[in-house]
Amino acid sequence: MTHRTQAEQTSPLTYLAWLVPGIPLVWGVWQTLIKVAQLFQG
Amino acid sequence: MGFLDREHSVAGPGWSRWLVPPAALAVHLSIGQIYAYSVFNKPLSRLISGDVKAEAGAPGDWSLFQVGLIFSVALFFLGASSALFGKWVEREGPRKTMFASALLFCGGFLVAALGVRLHLLWLVLLGNGVIGGIGLGLGYISPVSTLIKWFPDRPGLATGMAIMGFGGGALIGSPLGTALMSRFIGDGTLGVGSTFLIMGAVYFLFMVFGAFMVRVPAEGWVPAGYVPKVNAAGGMISNHNVLVDQAFRTPQFWLLFAVLFLNVTAGIGVLGQASVMIQEMFSDKVLGAGNGVTAAAAAGFVGLLSIFNMAGRFFWSSTSDRLGRKPTYMIFFALGAVLYFLIPQFGNMASLVLFVAGFCVILSMYGGGFATVPAYLRDLFGTANVGAIHGRLLLAWSAAAIVGPTLVNGFRDSQIKAGVPAAQAYSTVMYIMAGLLIVGFLANLLIRPVASRYWASAPAGQGSPAGQSAADD
Repeated sequence: MTHRTQAEQTSPLTYLAWLVPGIPLVWGVWQTLIKVAQLFQG
Repeated sequence: MGFLDREHSVAGPGWSRWLVPPAALAVHLSIGQIYAYSVFNKPLSRLISGDVKAEAGAPGDWSLFQVGLIFSVALFFLGASSALFGKWVEREGPRKTMFASALLFCGGFLVAALGVRLHLLWLVLLGNGVIGGIGLGLGYISPVSTLIKWFPDRPGLATGMAIMGFGGGALIGSPLGTALMSRFIGDGTLGVGSTFLIMGAVYFLFMVFGAFMVRVPAEGWVPAGYVPKVNAAGGMISNHNVLVDQAFRTPQFWLLFAVLFLNVTAGIGVLGQASVMIQEMFSDKVLGAGNGVTAAAAAGFVGLLSIFNMAGRFFWSSTSDRLGRKPTYMIFFALGAVLYFLIPQFGNMASLVLFVAGFCVILSMYGGGFATVPAYLRDLFGTANVGAIHGRLLLAWSAAAIVGPTLVNGFRDSQIKAGVPAAQAYSTVMYIMAGLLIVGFLANLLIRPVASRYWASAPAGQGSPAGQSAADD
């Protein structure tokens, strides 16, 4: 069987694709960290 | 709908495999919203009275117990559908499955919104619980085998990136749900109906992005420079495939079932009770007047556990690619048992920092257990049917979701009834959890490579329409 291989290609499309889940995830982590701060302030 | 078929989702030359994890992450971040469903519990139980801050609901309002059933039903259908539809998922491929998951999970929100508007609990249960729950199961297992095929050199890293999303979904779902309900508070349903409609639409777009982006590798594809490991990690990494129904008959499947069940049981009960537990163990009585943990600080503790639950999925799963799956679970069980044994001592010492740190590590290993198990299955049973086998294994999660909280709540209540102060009421539960983890350690210790009689005699084309994986060539 012939194996096709390819390099670890990253393109602008790859970065854009990561932004789609990345932005809401960072927002969610930030919102949670604001709540976490209250644990240590309390 | 040919676009959704497996053959139309085969990657062309030059397609980067790094485009597949964000697709999987988009789906898992969406369905992970179920972990944040509790933000709707109070408003759902005050729809008639119309006052979310009221101590008690008006006559006809649903009780918190009734509303809590929605989450339990959704988790039950997650486990059941992943077990039932695992073979279908493997046959039809990730794109069709992700799309079906989007339709069901988000359609469930629309049905539930109607249920909220008409104040019919059964309709909300049908929407978010049954229909949404089936969407959860399909969405959870849809990218797993595809990621393992794209990353035969780093399966733990690949599945960790996706399953991290399921833990992270609560981090988005909770503030998003709260913000939307505040915005639409005057819609006659305390904002819940409008929030369900908007969430259904937004998550649908997000999940369709995943379905659009996902690709399966062409037959025979391997990453550049990849050399399959044959009988690596002491023979634990197999280059043979086992069919789904055969896997069900192996002792390895049931030992791994016990491993997942015990690891989840130890974590899930604490996760559900974390807010109350920290407030009771570190109350004003223990720390002195005005120094006790407040409800707001306890919410911060729950948030911190969610972050460690999410981060642990990525950290432990990717670490298992280097350590091996079996040693990784050894760490989970050994370290987890020690920490559970020490938690009551941290309470007695009134050391909030050690208590919080201990639970953060425990919850990271809880998440790590979920994320590492697909790669463990791949090692033992091969790549071809790993999605379907994983689906069946998730029944252990459903069982643990019932047993874990029952154990924690049951023992706490019985201790308090026996006159034990609330601050010490959790000690017995912690020792029981430590014991469960020791049993899990032994189950993991017994796992050996799958015997050759279970291997598929003619692997190509059996249970894997995409053909044989790269690792098996």
